[in-house]
Amino acid sequence: MFGTKVAVSNLSLTVRRGEVFGFLGPNGAGKSTSVKMLLGLVKPSSGQAFVLGAPSDDVDVRRKIGFLPEDFRFYTWLTASELLKLHGRLCGMAAARLRERVPALIDQVGLTPHREKRLRDFSKGMLQRIGLAQALIHEPELIFLDEPTSGLDPMGRRLVRDMIHSQRDRGATVFLNSHILSEIEITCDRVVFIKEGEVVASRDLRAFPDDEVCLVVRARNLSAETVAGLSHWSTSARLDGERLTLATHSTSVLPDILRYLVASGSDVFEFTPERLSLEDLFLKIMGEDRGL
Amino acid sequence: MGAWIMAGVTFREAARKKILWTAFLAGSAFLALFGTGMHFQINEFTRHSVPPFIRYQLEAAMLQVGFYAVDLLAVTMTILTSVDALSGEIASGTIQAIATKPISRWQVLTGKWMGFAGMVAAYVAAMVGGVTAVGYFIGGVLPHHSLRGTFLVFLECLLVLTVTFACGTRFSTLTNGVIVLGLHGLAFMGGWIEQIGAMTDTPRLVTVGIVSSLIMPSESVWRRASFEMQSSFTRSLQFSPFSNASAPSALMVVYAVVYLFVALTVAIYHFHQRDL
Repeated sequence: MFGTKVAVSNLSLTVRRGEVFGFLGPNGAGKSTSVKMLLGLVKPSSGQAFVLGAPSDDVDVRRKIGFLPEDFRFYTWLTASELLKLHGRLCGMAAARLRERVPALIDQVGLTPHREKRLRDFSKGMLQRIGLAQALIHEPELIFLDEPTSGLDPMGRRLVRDMIHSQRDRGATVFLNSHILSEIEITCDRVVFIKEGEVVASRDLRAFPDDEVCLVVRARNLSAETVAGLSHWSTSARLDGERLTLATHSTSVLPDILRYLVASGSDVFEFTPERLSLEDLFLKIMGEDRGL
Repeated sequence: MGAWIMAGVTFREAARKKILWTAFLAGSAFLALFGTGMHFQINEFTRHSVPPFIRYQLEAAMLQVGFYAVDLLAVTMTILTSVDALSGEIASGTIQAIATKPISRWQVLTGKWMGFAGMVAAYVAAMVGGVTAVGYFIGGVLPHHSLRGTFLVFLECLLVLTVTFACGTRFSTLTNGVIVLGLHGLAFMGGWIEQIGAMTDTPRLVTVGIVSSLIMPSESVWRRASFEMQSSFTRSLQFSPFSNASAPSALMVVYAVVYLFVALTVAIYHFHQRDL
C-alpha cells in the first residue's frame, strides 16, 4: 500500500532455480514494487516474501543476491574499478579475490579502457554496464535485473543477453524485469504477466505451446471444399492463392489438419505453426490501453 | 565491518568532492584574517603601553571571539555538508545499490554518520587548534581548558549532524535544511534570551531560554564550551555572545549527549522502517 493506493495485492510467485524468469506487466502494474519487496527495499503492509528460503529482509541472504536497479546511479566521483571494489567489499569479498575479479568483470562488460575513469564521465549505457557488473561482482545465486537493457545500443543489448545466459549456465537464477518484450522473448525461459498487482498468466517460452497458434500452409490443389472442411479444427481460415492461413485453439490439432489436407489430395510444401509473439500475447492478456 | 566501509567511503567522498579541502581553505583564510587582526591589535597595545594584565585579558577576549567564529563556521559546515547525505541518496535511488548488499541499514546509517563525524572532528581540531596557535604565538595567550572546550564544540557539531541525519531519513533535502537551521536558530535565540534574563534577573526569560535549550541543546553546548575556554576577565564581561551571564550546567552537557543518542536512535529507526 502507498497511502490509499494498492500497489501489489495477492501476488504469489515461484521462480525456479537456474531459470531466466521474465516479469511482465504494464506501467503501474506493481513490477518494481514487487522487486523492491523481494529485495527488502520496500516493506509489505501485509504478507511475507521469501527469497532463497529466507525472509526478504534477511541480511545474510543478500550475500547470494545481486541487483541492478532501474536507471542505475552511483557516486559519480568513484572510478569504475573503485565502484566494483566497494561493492565487493560490502559483499564481504577478500582483497585478493577482488584484485582478480574486478578487472575480469570490467573486461566482460566491455569497459576495460574506461576502468580508471570516474563515473561522472560515463554515458548512460556505460553506467548500465558497470551497474550490471556490480550486481555480478560476488557471483550471486539470484540476480534481479530491472530494465537492464534500457539506454543500451544493440551491441550493449547483445552483451547483456550473453551475460544473462552465461549466468544461467553457471547455475544462477535471473529475475528479469523489462519492457522490451523482444529481449524477454529471446532471453527468458519463463515469463509471468502481472496486472494490478496480481499474476494473471504465465508462459514457458522454451516449451512448444499448447495454446492458440497461427498456422501457415503452402499447398497446391486446395479446393474450396477442403478449406471449408477445416472449420472442424480452426476458428478462421483464409486462402490466398497457394497460401492458406489458419487460426487454431490448440497445437494438438496440427497432426489432424496435416493428415486431412494430405487425404484431401493437396500437395503440402509448407506447414508452419507460428506462435503468438510475446507482444501479441501481452496485448491479448492486458487488453487495450485505456490510458494512464 | 560494513559500517567502517561506509565511514571510509563517506570520508573519501568529502575529500574527493573537495568539500573538505574547500572548508579547510576557507578556515585557513579565516585564521589568516584573525592572526592579522590580532597582530595589529597587539601593536596598538604596545604603542599605547597598555598594562600587561589588561592587555592579557583583552587578548584572551579576542581569542574567545575567534572561537565563536570557529563555532559558527563548524556548525554551518556540518549542516551544509551533511544535509543531503541521506535524503539526497534516497531521492536519487543511489542508496538502493547499497541497501541491497549484505549490510544492515543501521550499518549504512552509522557508517555515513561516522564518516561525517570524522570529517567534523578533523575540521574542529584544525580550526580550534589554529585559533589557539594564533593566540599563543601572536598574543601569548592560551584558552583555559582548551581540550574540554574543543570537545564541547565537537559535541555541538555532532549534535547538529545527528539531528540532520534524523531529519534526513524522513524529509527531503530542502525541508531537512530548513528544519535543522530553524532548530539551531531557535537554540541561538533561546541562548540570547536566557542571557538577557540572567543579566536583568528575569526568571521567566531564563526559563524560556532553558526550554529552547531542551528543544535543541546545540547553543547551550557552545556556551558551556565558551565558559570552559574563557578567562576570568571575559567571564566578568557577562553579556556578550562570547561570554556567559548564565553558563549551562554540566547536567546540560549530559542532556546534550543523551539527546544525541536519542536522535541517532530515531534516525536508525526511521531509516530501518522507511521504503527506499
